[in-house]
Parts: sequence; structure tokens; C-alpha cells
Amino acid sequence: MTHHISPVRDYVLVWLALVVLTFLTTYVAFFDMGQFNIVVAITIAVVKMSLVIWIFMGVRYTSRLTKLFVVAGFFWFLILIVMTGQDYVSRNWLARGHMW
Amino acid sequence: MSTTLQTPELVERPNYLNEDYGWKSWLFTTDHKRIAILYLISISVFFLIGGIFAGLMRTELLTPAGDLFNSDTYNKLFTMHGVVMIFFFLIPSIPATLGNFLVPMMIGAKDLAFPRINLLSWYIYIIGGLFALSAAAMGGVDTGWTFYTPLSSTYSNTFVLTAATGVFISGFSSILTGLNFIVTIHKMRAPGMTWGRLPLFIWAHYATSLIQLLGTPVVAITIALLCLERVFHVGIFDPSVGGDPILFQHLFWFYSHPAVYIMILPGMGVISELVTCFSRKSIFGYEFIAASSIGIAVIGFLVWGHHMFVTGQSMYASMVFSFLSFLVAVPSAIKVFNWTATMYKGSVTFETPMLYAFGFIGLFTIGGLTGLFLSTMAVDVHVTDTYFVVAHFHYVMVGGMVMAYMGGLHFWWPKMFGRMYPEGWARFSALVVFLGFNLTFFPQFILGYLGMPRRYHAYAPEFQIFNVMSTAGATILGVGYTIPLIYFIWSLKYGKVAGNNPWNATGLEWTTTSPPPKFNFDKTPIVTEDAYNYSHRGEVEVG
Amino acid sequence: MAETHSTLVEHSPDLQHHFDDMGQQFDAATLGMWAFLLTEIMFFGGMFGAYTVYRGMYPEAFASTSKLLNTWLGAVNTAVLICSSLTMAMAVRAAQMGQKKLLIWMLVFTMIFGAAFLGVKAYEYHDKWVEHLIPGLGFEYKDTQYFHQAQILFLLYFAMTGFHALHMVIGFGILSTLLVMAIRNRFSPEWYTPVEISGLYWHFVDIVWIFLFPLLYLIGLHQH
Repeated sequence: MTHHISPVRDYVLVWLALVVLTFLTTYVAFFDMGQFNIVVAITIAVVKMSLVIWIFMGVRYTSRLTKLFVVAGFFWFLILIVMTGQDYVSRNWLARGHMW
Repeated sequence: MSTTLQTPELVERPNYLNEDYGWKSWLFTTDHKRIAILYLISISVFFLIGGIFAGLMRTELLTPAGDLFNSDTYNKLFTMHGVVMIFFFLIPSIPATLGNFLVPMMIGAKDLAFPRINLLSWYIYIIGGLFALSAAAMGGVDTGWTFYTPLSSTYSNTFVLTAATGVFISGFSSILTGLNFIVTIHKMRAPGMTWGRLPLFIWAHYATSLIQLLGTPVVAITIALLCLERVFHVGIFDPSVGGDPILFQHLFWFYSHPAVYIMILPGMGVISELVTCFSRKSIFGYEFIAASSIGIAVIGFLVWGHHMFVTGQSMYASMVFSFLSFLVAVPSAIKVFNWTATMYKGSVTFETPMLYAFGFIGLFTIGGLTGLFLSTMAVDVHVTDTYFVVAHFHYVMVGGMVMAYMGGLHFWWPKMFGRMYPEGWARFSALVVFLGFNLTFFPQFILGYLGMPRRYHAYAPEFQIFNVMSTAGATILGVGYTIPLIYFIWSLKYGKVAGNNPWNATGLEWTTTSPPPKFNFDKTPIVTEDAYNYSHRGEVEVG
Repeated sequence: MAETHSTLVEHSPDLQHHFDDMGQQFDAATLGMWAFLLTEIMFFGGMFGAYTVYRGMYPEAFASTSKLLNTWLGAVNTAVLICSSLTMAMAVRAAQMGQKKLLIWMLVFTMIFGAAFLGVKAYEYHDKWVEHLIPGLGFEYKDTQYFHQAQILFLLYFAMTGFHALHMVIGFGILSTLLVMAIRNRFSPEWYTPVEISGLYWHFVDIVWIFLFPLLYLIGLHQH
């Protein structure tokens, strides 16, 4: 039973990146960028999550099936957020007479 | 051939039933077949309890006035009927009984991937059930099984917390069963059992398991938030303190709509097995039926807003949900066409399982088509929250799933217990069920269209004739379900001894003894042909 | 038909008999843990959904409440969890390579970081208790026009961080079990499955916090 063993260097580099990104997201939060604040915050969080999944959780070296499971998880989470959100976002479209 | 199999010695061959005795060997078993039996007994008990609640409701509805129960009590009756039937009967039904028994066997495995988690699933289910029953015993819940807020979160004086906890706990049973099936089907297929050779029963259970895995956690957290609100009196779903009851409904129906596909897909899987065997023909359009099962599971997650057309949901979202609801009907229709095409130019015989299969196909079609009525927003505004909806979902859940369950029980009973049920009584009961069912629920379509609201214990006098028909039908239906209960139990001791393959059916489960040995197969099977290879088999031989 | 009866073939004592070989068993266990993590995504997803809706509905109340959370404690906790993820990954690696002492030390460090996280969380919760910001338990809000909305948002804060903390506590329990097993020499390169799947669980709990931190502590610091 051979499973890929990552070098320690990979783990330490990811750890470093995660710490730096944490600094970055905290620092950037103190600047007022309006709606862009949340976009930046979520983007940085997604990058951090991707590093954890790809390297720490070893998905880089797993089967296609496991990768499919990971993608499915995101997809289903997005269904919940998007399909619920579409209701709230479009609530006053009729009254307004236009979509934006 | 059949005479030599009547000897008692063959029944006493070592099998999963007699290899060990005593309550500990059952309550601490990890054998998927024994766990299936544990579930079979439990869900039958809950079916009886749910049926009693229904009987009480239908008795009240014989007369227009609310004379038997007051409205509060009636509210508790329909709530408990729904909670018990949905969460403790229908959702586990086929997967936990037939699925647990057959999934490993059909793929040539010795057990599920996680046998101890399988046992844990049953215990979790029982604990959840006990919570729900204590809520009933202490005085019941009156919110409807849908637990809509703010009635459930703020204003109801009934045992919402207890009942909701029971549902929350039993959800984990469902999740673990789904998880077990998915891993088993991916990782434990016998050599040669490729995805394209899997029985459609397996495809159906795979799709069901996807829903159980991905949908149930959302209703779990929704119920948890509901319980937090009830305990801490914070208005997370209560509009008078800034909460949003529509949010509750979005989160609730995100699971509860896909849940209805948990309550039909396994039945469809059974029907594929029955129609092929009793038409002596391979399934028409295997890939289409397999893909449709997955399609229903996926698209089923995108349509929940059709339960919310009149709640204040945006018109735009309602249109999206309506359109997708039309789309989800397509894979179901494909299956009905394919089952019909399978029977065309087949050698059809009418043993009991096939009678139930016919019943399923007709009644599910009616139920499914009326679902399209409800997905049409304009029609829904008229018939929502009326008996039209009640009739629709009973056609698919009872006329569909329960019929499939009965058909499957009859089909695999000889495999599970080594005994045949009495065919004469069984065919008679199938007809009684069919007649009773239609008499109960067809008038409800008319009632709903005429405007009788659901969840009311009193109604306008002009609706009485249809209500009386419905109650009469319910009585007949009850008889139709009681007779099998009696003869199934009778058959365990006195039924004709069954051989390995009394139906001369394809499928790995029929290659082993009836009842099967503890580890299913003496030697791991190697699969070399597609499912449903009936062309070289003769007729159905009941023996 | 081929004979694949496992009792006739020499196999590891850790092979469960319904599996054909250790590879199949390991694959099944890891796939099972991934399936479980999918359920956790949906479980937390429901709360993230509620959060999204209420944030969109009450932006001013939201801005007002997020200033009451201690950004620095949140950031420190994030760093602590990241360190614990590193040590957990190292622990799994040590198990893969049969390095018993390193495995034990990495498990211990992961537990220390986990405990530190929970300690900071307890301190934060205590702060909220003192400031009367626990919904339903004497909740007070100085900006009275946002009282109800703030209470909802704080309920979500406690629900999200509370369920996360519960998962941390469960994870801590799992790590202690692994520690005992490691000390008793249970793991080897042939069988270290519990370490592998616990690692997946621990990383997932870290990922939940990776999102909780910005969404709860950082957004709204500068909201109008």
C-alpha cells in the first residue's frame, strides 16, 4: 500500500503562506474599499482553503474520485447559497420594473 | 425440481438467521442482513402508528363538523401522522430494509463498507423514534410536519422541542446509511461488476444516498436553529423580532424536497427489478434509467421553491423553481416509458410482485403528472394547501413508494427468509390495496380542486360525499395492509420452503442460498455479463 | 469462480474481513471520511446561508455588531489553528513513515494548539457574557434601534462559532484517542488509517474557521 508522502518542505511552505495570507486579510480589512472588502476577504479565504485542501489534505495526490467528491461538496454548498440568494436578491424586481 | 426443495433439512442449513441465537446476537450484530430485519420490524411498527393517526383523522372527516376532536387535537393528529410516516417510515423504508439486505449481495460483497456504522444507524434511528413517540405520548405537536415558523418557534404550546430533537437525531441515521451505501458501491463491487453491469436497484440506491448525504445536514442545522430559537426566545425566524420565516422555509425545503426523491427513487429501483423479471426481458434503456436516477437526485435539489409559491418568495425565483420543477419530471417520465417498453413483447406474468409493479407505474404516473399541475404557478395558487396537494403526494408516496415496497418485500421475501408467502392471499391483498388506495385518494383531488383546505378538521357540507368515500377507502386500504402482515408472519413457520431462485431471476443475490449464509457467498462471485440477461432463462418458476 | 477466501491468505491483523485487502480498506475509510466531510460542508453551509441572508437584510446592524468582536483575538486564533494544521499534517506524515516519536510529538502539539484555540474562545465568550451580549440570556444592546437585529446576528455568531468549537472539542477527543493508540504502538506504515482520516477531519475544521474569521470578524469593520 503506497501512498504519496509529501516532503516536509511542502507543508512548511503552505503553513507560511497561510500565515502571510492571514496577516494580509486582517491588514486589508482596515481599509475601506466598500463592496470590495468582502470580495477580497472571500478570495483570500478561498485561496487559504485551497492550499489546505490541495496540500495538507493531500488531494493533490488522491484519486479522481476523491477530487470529484471535493468538487461536489462545493457545488452543493453553492446550490444552497445561490438558489436561496436568488429569491432575496430579486424580491423587488417586479415593483421596480427592472432588474438593476 | 421443486419437490426436492421442500425438505426441512435444507431450511436448517447454516444461514444468517440460524448461525447464532439470542438477543445479543441480534442487538449487537454487524451483519447487514440482520440489521435489515431489525429495521423491517421497527419501520413496520412506525407504519402502524402512523396509520392509526391517519385512521383517527379520516374518522373525524366523515362528518363536516369538527365533532370528534377539537382543532388543536386534530392539528396534533396530522402533525404526528406526517412526522411518523415521513421520517420514521418512508425515508428509511426501502433503503434500510431491502437496501441494507441487498446492496452488498447485488454487488457481490460480504457486507457494507462500514458494518458497525450500519448498526449505529439503526440505534440512532430508534433513539430518534423514541423522542418522537414521547412527544406524541406527552401530548403531541401541532405545527404540521413542516414545523413552519413562527408557530413552531414562538407560539406553539406543544412539545415541539422533543419532536424536533427526534427528527434531528434520526437524520443522522439517514446520513450514515447514505454514506455507507455510497462507499460500498464505489469500493466493494466484485470483480467484473462494472458500473454498467450494476442492477438498477443499486443505481437507484446510489442516487438516494447522494440525497441523504447532501440534503439531510441542512435540515439538521435548520432544526437546531429552530430549537435554539425556542429555547432562547431569540427571533431568528420570528418576524415580530426581525426574523425571517421565509428563510426557515428555504432551509427546510432545501432538504425536504429532495427528501421526497429519497421517498421514490428506491421504489423505482425495485420496479426495474420486478418489471424485468416478470417480463422475462432485459430492461429497455439501461443507461437512460441509470442516468435518470442520478438526474433526479441532482435536479431534485434545485426545485424546492415550488413549495413556497404563495409565501412571498420573489416572482423571479418562483419562475426559476417552476421551470426546474418541470425539468425534474422528465427523468421520471423516461423511466415510466422504459418500464413500459420493457414489458412490450415480453412474457408478462402476474405474480404478486408484478401486480404491485403495475400499480406503481399507473399510480406514480398520476401522482407525477399532478405534480406538474402544482409546479404551474397559476394552478398552484388555486390548489395549494388544499386536498389536491394531499392527493398528489399520497399518490406518489403511497401509490408509488409503498406499492414498490410491498412488491419488493414479496419478491425478496423468499430470499430473506427461505419461505414463500401464500400467493392467493397476496394477490387478493394487492387488489384490495389498489382499490382501497384509489377510493381513498382520488376523491381528494376533486375535494382540493373544489377548494377544501388541508389540515382542517371541519369542512363545508358540500364536501361530505367525497370525504365519506375517502374514509371508506382508507378502511379498505387498512385491511389491504393488514392481510400481508398476517400471512408474512405466518409464512415464517408455515410457508412453502423456497429454493435459491424461486423466480428464476437474474442478479447475484439469487445465486446464493435462501436464506443466504452469513457472509453471503461461499466464494466471491466474478461477474461476466450484464444485468437482466433473461434471454437464456426460461419462465418464472415459483419453487 | 476464483477463490478469494481471506482466511487462506496471510493478511494483516488489522484487515477487517469484509474487505479483500488493506488497500481496499484504506480507500473505503478515506472515501467515507470525505463523504462525512461533505455532510459537514452542508451542515455549516446552512448557517452560512442564514448569515448571508441576515447580513444582506441588516447591513447597518451588522456593521454595528461586528465592531464588538475582538479582531486581534480572532486573528490570533486563526494563526493558532493554522499551526495546528501544520502539526497535524506532520503527524500524518510521521505515521506514514512509521516515525512513532515524531507522531506522538506532533499529536501533542496539535492538541496544545487546539486547546489554545478553545481557551481563547472561552475567553471571548466570557467577555460576551460580561457585556450582556448572549442572546436570550439578558441580552442588552446600547444601540437600541438595532436590538432585535443584533440579537439575531449574535445568535448566528454563537451558533457558528459554537458548532465550530464543538467540532474542535470532538477533534480534541479524537486526538487524545490517537495519542493513546500511538503510545501503545498501534500504528505502522501498513496501518495508520485512523491518523489519516482524523487529519482530514481536523483540516476541515480549520477550513471552517478560515471562513468564519473574515466573515464574522473582518467584514463590517469598515461598513457604512
